[in-house]
Amino acid sequence: MDELNRVIREYIVKEYQEEGDDHEILDTTPLISGGIVDSFSMVSLKRFLEKKYAIRIPDAEATPDAFDTVERIAALVTRIRGAAHA
Amino acid sequence: MGPAAVTEPHIAAVREHYRQELEAARAAGLLREERFIHSPQAAEIEVEFPAGAAPRRVVNMCSNNYLGLSSHPEVIAAARAGLDARGYGLSSVRFICGTQDIHRELEERLTAFLGTEATLLFPSCMDANAGVFEALFGEPDVLIADRLVHASIVDGMRLCKAMQDTFKHSDMAHLEEKLIEHRDRRFRVVVTDGVFSMDGDLAKLDEIVALAERHGALVFVDDSHATGFMGRTGRGTHEQKGVFGKIDLITTTLGKALGGASGGCVSGRAELVAMCRQRARPYLFSNTVPPVIVAGALKVLELIGRTTERRDALERNTLYWRRLLTEAGFDIKPGESPIVPVMLYNAKLAQDVARDLFAEGIYVVGFFFPVVAKGLARIRTQLSAAHETRHLECAIEAFVKVGRKYDILGKDKKAILEAYGA
Repeated sequence: MDELNRVIREYIVKEYQEEGDDHEILDTTPLISGGIVDSFSMVSLKRFLEKKYAIRIPDAEATPDAFDTVERIAALVTRIRGAAHA
Repeated sequence: MGPAAVTEPHIAAVREHYRQELEAARAAGLLREERFIHSPQAAEIEVEFPAGAAPRRVVNMCSNNYLGLSSHPEVIAAARAGLDARGYGLSSVRFICGTQDIHRELEERLTAFLGTEATLLFPSCMDANAGVFEALFGEPDVLIADRLVHASIVDGMRLCKAMQDTFKHSDMAHLEEKLIEHRDRRFRVVVTDGVFSMDGDLAKLDEIVALAERHGALVFVDDSHATGFMGRTGRGTHEQKGVFGKIDLITTTLGKALGGASGGCVSGRAELVAMCRQRARPYLFSNTVPPVIVAGALKVLELIGRTTERRDALERNTLYWRRLLTEAGFDIKPGESPIVPVMLYNAKLAQDVARDLFAEGIYVVGFFFPVVAKGLARIRTQLSAAHETRHLECAIEAFVKVGRKYDILGKDKKAILEAYGA
């Protein structure tokens, strides 16, 4: 889980933060409701996770709420990976 | 006799739901309220605010009347003549019985002005953006948009089945990464505003076109905040950036510099525009642009084709206003467009400053989240060719007075945030 959280955090910093951005991204930092990632740009994160972990995140589950913190995103990915391997 | 009072419980529940939402917005200071204007659009207008107050004459620093043509006598006369000659409305969509000769003429004139191959009118640019992507692109394609594009583009892209992606604002390296990442897609389309409406900066269209050519992608530009005045002859951001004739799709509006009434268009490669005529739903299913607006817009194009006087005056006003604000110590977004954001960062501060400026006779509006990112609240000032030096001098006097009151002159982002919070 820690590794998964780290990968998500790193992607968010690289993909969404501008140079000089001083927001620290923690596992509980609100990403969408906090205005760091907008729901329009969220699609690239979804696609990154799908490619990296060879999973399919259903659109119905890729909600702004489910993608609002690193913690929640990691939980969603873990659940989907678990279901795929069950 | 008015309608009977509705007492059904489900209606009462719905009312209560929205009542609470509106109250929460009001309590948070986020409720949008209209100001009633008692005069035509101009550099000076009469505004009733708050509702019920006697109208006050104020300097208007927040309209999109960039060229000052919204109430120009020749435009009004042409619109009136159009009304007399072609009627008030057509009671039809375009393809049934809603296309007049003047619609064809306006589309041809816009094509020549924008340097494209064909043009299709829409009721607004919002409608053009709502229709263009879905009409032209599908699942095999990808739309790669700048993260600060206008909300109407975001909505239009959402209606389209093409894959969607974004790149960091004006970050060409990031855009190139995305173009490479999506190289297996049938069509790749780079989507951007020409002038970004909240920051007032220009898209790097020269670099975008070069990247698109290198990677075999199309370029889409919404030039609503540029058509009529950016570039030496006012054709738009593509003229300003030296890529006139190289944009595949342009959407723009008649509702800002070009007379300010309403109406918009998609302009670009002939086959793409022809396909919009077949498939774009806001074109197919909403009424034609009224003859009065078409006639007014034709006159606007004639006026700005005759002389660059108005866009030159706007450019002078823009440079002057930017210099006045900078010298006074305001933190402004640098740039060359007549959109000049005065950065205040804190939402309440932006509202307080706007309110105090109104009391001083200057009409501006504070913008804050979700219209702009959190912690980046601002007052967006906009110049017009209709502004005279005295308007701008009066405005800077008021800005300095209010700026002193809030002790923000000479302060940067860090200092303002320390004093007022995010």
